[in-house]
Amino acid sequence: MIDSIHSLPDVITFVVATLLILTGAVGVIAAKNPVHSALSLIMTFFGVSIAFIEQGAHFLAAVEIIVYAGAIVVLFLFVIMFLGVDRADEVSVDPLVGQRPLALAGVVVTIAGVVTMMSRAGWVTGAPALSTGGQPMQGGNENIKELGTAVFTTYIYAFEATAALLIIAVVGAVILARKERVVDEQEGVA
Amino acid sequence: MTIPASWFLIVAAALFGVGAFGFLTRRSALIMFMCVELMLNAVNLTFVTFSRSLGDIAGQASVFFVLVVAAAEVTVGLGIVVAVFRRRNSASVDELSELKG
Repeated sequence: MIDSIHSLPDVITFVVATLLILTGAVGVIAAKNPVHSALSLIMTFFGVSIAFIEQGAHFLAAVEIIVYAGAIVVLFLFVIMFLGVDRADEVSVDPLVGQRPLALAGVVVTIAGVVTMMSRAGWVTGAPALSTGGQPMQGGNENIKELGTAVFTTYIYAFEATAALLIIAVVGAVILARKERVVDEQEGVA
Repeated sequence: MTIPASWFLIVAAALFGVGAFGFLTRRSALIMFMCVELMLNAVNLTFVTFSRSLGDIAGQASVFFVLVVAAAEVTVGLGIVVAVFRRRNSASVDELSELKG
């Protein structure tokens, strides 16, 4: 039934991406060992990357692998190893009474609401695309060119703001990670 | 014919739900950060899906900025986790309960 309306390779790609995404996500929240969670996170990122390629976002698919699976997960693993918390975490206890059923109920209601809204709403906006001057998006290798043009023209101020944000984040992280030691040294001198 | 946008939106909603459930139930600050990453990725997938279905590159540009903000957030967040771990010798958020009445 599905095959008659959608091409089989597309459906297979979608199913593989979905399996990777959801298996990885469940792995992140179910694994007792934080290292296993981090590795499951990589699986989710690969699945999302496949979904990006399926939808023609080639540049973002590459960036997803390089930045998320490459940099952010390595940062997580570095902190896990640095703190030595790579032992099994206790997940069987429920410190707050009824927290898990309540969380599950809240999540199910939210997602059911979102899906219901999606299935009933029409997405006709009629507004021309601001970033491309009303031109439709192009596929294939034009994706990188188009995205670069949008980021460096329409969104140039946001782009410059992210540069400032990254500088502030790096300085903040250095200060946060060094603060305790500086205080200790001053106390030691006094 | 390509995959309809609604399929990807439902996957993104499910991914967001899993991430939100993990964020609400897990105790380790590190796992909670990973769950935030899951939710951000769900939103990224939604952005790319709408970018395709509406034919507007703005969705993909938004994902680009979400990536940068996520990287900054993880950097500062893990810095805080390291600072808390130095003082408490634990990465569990239950330890941070001084303000409890």
